[in-house]
Amino acid sequence: MTDPIPVLRLEDIVKTFPGVRALDGVSLSVLPGEVHALMGENGAGKSTLMKVLGGILQPNEGQIFIEEEPTVMTSPMHAKAKGVVFIHQELSLADELSVAENIFLGELPLKSMGRVDWKKLYADTDAILKTLNVGFDARTRVGDLSIANQQMVEIARALTVDPRAVIFDEPTASLTDAEKVVLFDVISELQAKCVGIIYISHRMEEIFKMTDRISVLRDGQYRGTLITADTNEDEVTQLMIGRSLDLSRSASEHELGDVALEVRDLSCGDLFRNVSFSVRRGEVLGFYGLVGAGRTEIAETIFGLRAPTGGKILLNREEVRITSPIDAIRHGISLVPEDRKAQGLVLGMNCRDNMTLPQVDDLTAGPFVSDGAEVAIFDQYRDKLDIRTPGWRQTVGNLSGGNQQKIVIGKWLSMRPEVLIVDEPTRGIDVGSKSEIHNLIRALAAQGYAVIVISSEMPEVLHVSDRIVAMFSGEVVREFTAEEVTEDSLIQAISGIRGDKVA
Amino acid sequence: MAELTRGGVGGFLARQGILVAFAVFMVGFALANQRFIAVDNISGVIRSSAILGVMALGVTFVVIGGNLDLSVGSMMSFSTIVVLDLHDKLGPALAIPAMFALTLALGAFIGFLVGYLKLNSLIVTLGMLSAIHGLTLTWSGGKNMDIADKEGTWFAIFGQGEVIGIPVPILIFALLAVVLSLILGKTPFGRKIYAVGGNGQAATFSGIPRARVVFLTYVMSAFCVATAGLLQASRSLGSQNTVGQGMELEVLAAVILGGASLLGGSGTIFKTVIGVLILGFIQNGLLLVGLEFYVQYVVTWVIIILAVWLDIAAKRGRLLSPIA
Repeated sequence: MTDPIPVLRLEDIVKTFPGVRALDGVSLSVLPGEVHALMGENGAGKSTLMKVLGGILQPNEGQIFIEEEPTVMTSPMHAKAKGVVFIHQELSLADELSVAENIFLGELPLKSMGRVDWKKLYADTDAILKTLNVGFDARTRVGDLSIANQQMVEIARALTVDPRAVIFDEPTASLTDAEKVVLFDVISELQAKCVGIIYISHRMEEIFKMTDRISVLRDGQYRGTLITADTNEDEVTQLMIGRSLDLSRSASEHELGDVALEVRDLSCGDLFRNVSFSVRRGEVLGFYGLVGAGRTEIAETIFGLRAPTGGKILLNREEVRITSPIDAIRHGISLVPEDRKAQGLVLGMNCRDNMTLPQVDDLTAGPFVSDGAEVAIFDQYRDKLDIRTPGWRQTVGNLSGGNQQKIVIGKWLSMRPEVLIVDEPTRGIDVGSKSEIHNLIRALAAQGYAVIVISSEMPEVLHVSDRIVAMFSGEVVREFTAEEVTEDSLIQAISGIRGDKVA
Repeated sequence: MAELTRGGVGGFLARQGILVAFAVFMVGFALANQRFIAVDNISGVIRSSAILGVMALGVTFVVIGGNLDLSVGSMMSFSTIVVLDLHDKLGPALAIPAMFALTLALGAFIGFLVGYLKLNSLIVTLGMLSAIHGLTLTWSGGKNMDIADKEGTWFAIFGQGEVIGIPVPILIFALLAVVLSLILGKTPFGRKIYAVGGNGQAATFSGIPRARVVFLTYVMSAFCVATAGLLQASRSLGSQNTVGQGMELEVLAAVILGGASLLGGSGTIFKTVIGVLILGFIQNGLLLVGLEFYVQYVVTWVIIILAVWLDIAAKRGRLLSPIA
């Protein structure tokens, strides 16, 4: 049996950013008519690899081959001309233009004197749309289409060139089940035309249904390629995270202290209503719920970023009035925010200055900031949290997600807070750093901090929390102890299915 | 940021392009006209750049804080007219603090609008450019303002005096540059300006009073404008209502030439001083090689656009945008 020539082959691709080896010798080949899954945790290097393939980033080492011909990709347009097209998760369409104009944007058929040949444009477009079996025509305004149909427009755009390889990046993220069926049909048709397909997704079910082979990246390294028919979900997961992740429940073994923070009937407009809970020193209280359930808003209200419309906040059993983050910080409340890059860090600033920012007023010698005092704090928390950076002068934006998060945590720990609120502690962080941060949260509780963890990841909440507050649509549905909670009961609670009400 | 740029000659050119271009200009001018590098010419350039420079120091605070200030030229006219008028009415000892108070009040007003009411700084300061001009004309009744007794006042020392052979405007510019550089680079307040300009939301989440910080950058800017107005009034002892007209753009040009990002969060006082000197020497050089005064306007803006381009190119690591 002779092997067919791969339509696309990446060989030993290396891409480095300062302090980070984002891709470390990644190889991948896609055969004609094959659907090839690319999997890996957030931060594993999938998107960097696709940027290299699309000519947005240039690799430091390695080579791209198209039908075994070495090719240097210089831009997305160039990649498209070579027959490599991308269907992005985030659509890049102009809402106000017609389907036809979007599909041929930049390549509109012209008549003399630069006038658009509308007749040809619409005819060409309808011809492509026909092969896709869609229920709209070339003249439809894109803004009037559903997300699924807009995705079809993106696919139609890819078909204007004769593609040799099509990359689907999380294509089903916003599709309904019925819409997925249509998408899968299109993929099958491309397959029949001997187009090679790279399919990026986190959804195991789809991967096992649609793909022929699965390649896995972890921490920027190529971890292997499996034949889909010969493997199973466990094996793939194993490759992705490198070991079976220990997310067993672990209630505190140390003695809990006094109640540090108590919230009574706290409300904020429509965002959340009559929320009550308390957290003791040495305890981790988890908040779990769907996006939009009001968890982040509660944290922001306690931290003084939102004004409550009712209720009380008590610190060490005394009522406090918090109208700004400055008040919250003065009362010993710290918040590690949800969006690290937008809310947690000044990305253009160095590591040390970011870490000492909330207390810069107190680190002075005379009128000036004391270099020595700042570096001392940075060194202390760099060692304590094992932050990997070439030095404090490094710009925070150049660090990996895990190290960035540790800078934010260090920033607040160095304030010696009474209560530490951590919103989505491991979002966008690689698996290794994830468990480090989980261990860190447990260790902080053991040292006597009162910690609140908000997370959308159930295994995370189950793993780190002593108690879990389940929220649904702005209300606390139920509170669980680590001993009584089960995945099923938690899912039911946050989906609005009320279980036995526990006081 | 800077760490992301490429090494090698191309990278160096992209990073230091403005200094390289400046050096080429200087050598070219020096070859074209010997007078360019004469000590008195150099001293003259710095001296005539001092007023612009003092204003640029203040605007550096505003720009690093993530905002713009297009009102400084108009505000400088106001300060000049007011201090000249009050000189004869109150005497110089009272006129100077009174003028500072009024100018700072204008700065505080802008700072209130941009900082506390969170209005767009471009709109606010563009509006204030016009409003303050109206205020100046109202104050003066549209007439030029002159000091009656030009010989007998000590007021002239700020603009015309010399201390150990160095013109006072240069001394004031240098002194202010050193003090403001310390404030910006070494104090908690300076750190907060960088944080607010670099990422306002993250600054708020770190307990930094963003509105107050922005407010204070405009007060700093107004203080510098008042100082510039004092130098201007003292130098000429008389003035038109439009003495500062158009200077807001030159000031901004100097700040950008120095390398402060219009997006906020980067720049230094030292770099701004370099920007001021580059602008001054290039304009002087163009005159000395015999080009029309008007050519300056064109050349200045070509240089600025070049500087902005090189700045962006250095950040991207290539000269042209990756999306062709």
